[in-house]
Amino acid sequence: MIHFQNVTKRFGEFTAIDNLTIDIYEREFYALLGPSGCGKTTLMRMLAGFETPTEGKIFLAGQDIAPVPPNKRAVNMMFQSYALFPHLSIWENIAFGLKREGMPKHDINDRVEEMLRLTRLEKFARRKPHQISGGQRQRVALARSLAKAPKLLLLDEPLGALDKKLRQDTQFELMDIQEKTGTTFVIVTHDQEEAMTVASRVAVMDHGKIVQVATPDRIYETPNSVYVADFIGDVNLIEGTVRPNGGGSYAMSWREGQPPLNVQSGNEFSDGQKAHLAIRPEKVSISAEKPAAADNAVQGRILDIAYLGNISTYHVELPTGAVIKAQSANTRRIARRDFTWEDSVWLSWTATAGVLLAE
Amino acid sequence: MMRRFVLIAIPYAWLLALFLVPFAIVLKISLSDYAVSIPPYVPQFDWAEGISAFLAELDFENFIWLTEDDLYWKAYLSSLQIAAVSTFLTLLAGYPIAYGMARAPEEWRPTLMMLVILPFWTSFLIRVYAWMGILSNEGFLNQFLMWLGVISEPLTILNTNSAVYIGIIYTYLPFMILPVYSALERLDGSLIEAAEDLGCSRLTAFWLVTIPLSKNGIIAGSFLVFIPVLGEFVIPSLLGGSDTLMIGKVLWEEFFSNRDWPVASAVAVVLLLLLIIPIVLFQRNQQKQQEAEQ
Amino acid sequence: MNRMTWFNAVSLTLGFAFLYIPMVILVIFSFNESKLVTVWAGFSTKWYGELLQNDAFLNAAWVTLKVAVFSSTMATVLGTIAAYVLVRGGRFMGRTLFSGMIYAPLVMPEVITGLSLLLLFIGIGLDRGVLTIVLAHTTFSMCYVSVVVSSRLVSFDRSLEEAALDLGCSPAEAFRLVTLPIIAPAVISGWLLAFTLSLDDLVIASFTSGPSATTLPIKIFSAVRLGVSPEINALSTIMISIVTVGVITASLVTKHQVARQKREEQAAVRA
Repeated sequence: MIHFQNVTKRFGEFTAIDNLTIDIYEREFYALLGPSGCGKTTLMRMLAGFETPTEGKIFLAGQDIAPVPPNKRAVNMMFQSYALFPHLSIWENIAFGLKREGMPKHDINDRVEEMLRLTRLEKFARRKPHQISGGQRQRVALARSLAKAPKLLLLDEPLGALDKKLRQDTQFELMDIQEKTGTTFVIVTHDQEEAMTVASRVAVMDHGKIVQVATPDRIYETPNSVYVADFIGDVNLIEGTVRPNGGGSYAMSWREGQPPLNVQSGNEFSDGQKAHLAIRPEKVSISAEKPAAADNAVQGRILDIAYLGNISTYHVELPTGAVIKAQSANTRRIARRDFTWEDSVWLSWTATAGVLLAE
Repeated sequence: MMRRFVLIAIPYAWLLALFLVPFAIVLKISLSDYAVSIPPYVPQFDWAEGISAFLAELDFENFIWLTEDDLYWKAYLSSLQIAAVSTFLTLLAGYPIAYGMARAPEEWRPTLMMLVILPFWTSFLIRVYAWMGILSNEGFLNQFLMWLGVISEPLTILNTNSAVYIGIIYTYLPFMILPVYSALERLDGSLIEAAEDLGCSRLTAFWLVTIPLSKNGIIAGSFLVFIPVLGEFVIPSLLGGSDTLMIGKVLWEEFFSNRDWPVASAVAVVLLLLLIIPIVLFQRNQQKQQEAEQ
Repeated sequence: MNRMTWFNAVSLTLGFAFLYIPMVILVIFSFNESKLVTVWAGFSTKWYGELLQNDAFLNAAWVTLKVAVFSSTMATVLGTIAAYVLVRGGRFMGRTLFSGMIYAPLVMPEVITGLSLLLLFIGIGLDRGVLTIVLAHTTFSMCYVSVVVSSRLVSFDRSLEEAALDLGCSPAEAFRLVTLPIIAPAVISGWLLAFTLSLDDLVIASFTSGPSATTLPIKIFSAVRLGVSPEINALSTIMISIVTVGVITASLVTKHQVARQKREEQAAVRA
């Protein structure tokens, strides 16, 4: 439905978007994820019509949207600050866009009522924005931007101003509403957890470029670069050189005097090539004895334990000085915990647990 | 695009026509010569003679005149002196008030603020006039002092420089209080406590912490007083005497009484040149403050 | 930290006494029976009566009011546009000159502004009267308006305008339906400021007025030059009362609004 074709955006010397080509499909919940300054907001503002590309074209439903001003686009945006009109009531805020369209009065009434129901705001219709709570304001902003039934809804850090608990509830509400209305949602966020929860596809951005576009599970399980692996969640990165053993199996030598690691990889590597092994902490198991049948096992000493309630993260120092994180679920009470500081333990993982990355 | 152009053009054209052009006229007349005619200066611009003939008749005679007649440079000097001294006195009077306001209980502050702003909305002329009845020989101040027995003969205050100072401090006090107050109000009280905790006495804490942190307010307030006082006309002409020399008054008399427009214009040009330095400094200070806030 | 030390109490008392005693004396002696403004001779309102019969003063007051209403309204329109252009106009040719011309009149001595405008009016052969005063007042007070309005515009959340555009407004509609209602308080205080500046102005009006139009400050000034007079006290009292009532009402209204907004916000958070 949306097609960015070699889009570049420069602000003076600074290149915010660098020769970017992506597609966003109908009824998709698409997340643009990246650190601040990576160009994700600029990308969204170009869709809304507040910025124009320096080079390249943007197509919406096959039509070049460059000459269409923001007030004529079938695209609506939910602003990070919500941008609710403080002098208008909730009802008038939601009706604002409909009135501009010149919709008949009773249709406006119906539509606003529908939106109020959808966002469970019926009780607050007559209040002013400052008379409701942050979570309710967020829903008003959503209702207002959905009222015109846009083909595409842009959400700029929609949950950034909410506290954690409210944010989690609202994430599911957003997904629910997206499903009900069938609108294409494009969400901009720097919160990877949020992107993973709500989106059907996630685009990870860095310095004006898209690094990887994939479903949340693929982004997490098979990142295509060290950047993505590091940006999404927690990861152990082990650097070394690989030697192919055939059949997608590689031996990775990583430290003098340590046995090479066994890795299965879908990516091709040549003999002696430098590579990084990325393993998620929860895929590393921790045990007191050397496990018999593990593909990889290393011994170390517990340096630190971070107790997070449901899980604990162990920081284990290897004899070489490297620190590897391992996570295990706390299925027992803390008093009966198996390991404590300074314990000597074995870490093990399977050959397919990690991903081998070139850079 | 057209709309944007019109939006910019309307106020722009207005200011060009009613601010910049008049100013250019002043500059031009300051280079002309006095003549007994209507309007009382030559050369008059004449399209027939062309611009170069017109420009050839302009000269700096009036400016040279300003340096030769000691009335003018004395007036400039005495304006500068009066402005500087009264700025300092206003600061001395205003700082304790601003400090007291900033330390007053929170619920009092809006009221105190209103009390400072109220005179600002009241006619300047009336506020100066109020002092005429107080400072005159049989005025309230003399009555009061004689009743106290401090003096036996009435003091002559009205129509002296002292009256001018009192008038300036009185009318410009809000301009000093407001910026100093807003600087002091933002000052975090725990900073003073920290200074005292680290061994300062209350006085040294005030000197080493409060004063430096309200510096921007002091500077802004001082410029807000100094700049307008330099060209002040009403106060010296109502409260000052014949020996009170202030350049605003000289300009007024040169124009209305002597009808010497070229000299009046030259006086204005020099006054503006004098003002450029404090104005530029003031703007720098404001800019720095804005940047610091961001 | 908020305890009132005796030093603060004394400096506040003395400070406000200094600010207010002259005005209080002025007001008291407007009700004095005697012509002498410094000796009390009994209560009387006769000076108010005489003031109301003084046509010269009444005419001047009428002229002043007309000038103030016209010039402050024009100044508000022009100043708001100028502020909008300065804050939102982006870059355009001569922007530095423009912002310079906005700020310069604020620090320009009135004698210079008055002189230069007078020379302009003479130069183009415009007869001096109400029109020239209005033009002069509009010019310097529009700068004050634009400073007041632009400081509000700077803190204005730009995404509100973008939201209006996003919901289908043309830029003009966005200004009318969203920007203007929100900055209205600043525009109104700009108007009030321009209005008072025009009411108070003596110097610029003296330069730009002609024999056909005398404003109240010019009238007061020429009367006062000859010494104090109880009629002027009466006039001053009227003006001071109007301003006092206005300022107190305004601050009570604001206080009330702020309190209500706070209450409602707290209620919203609790809910």
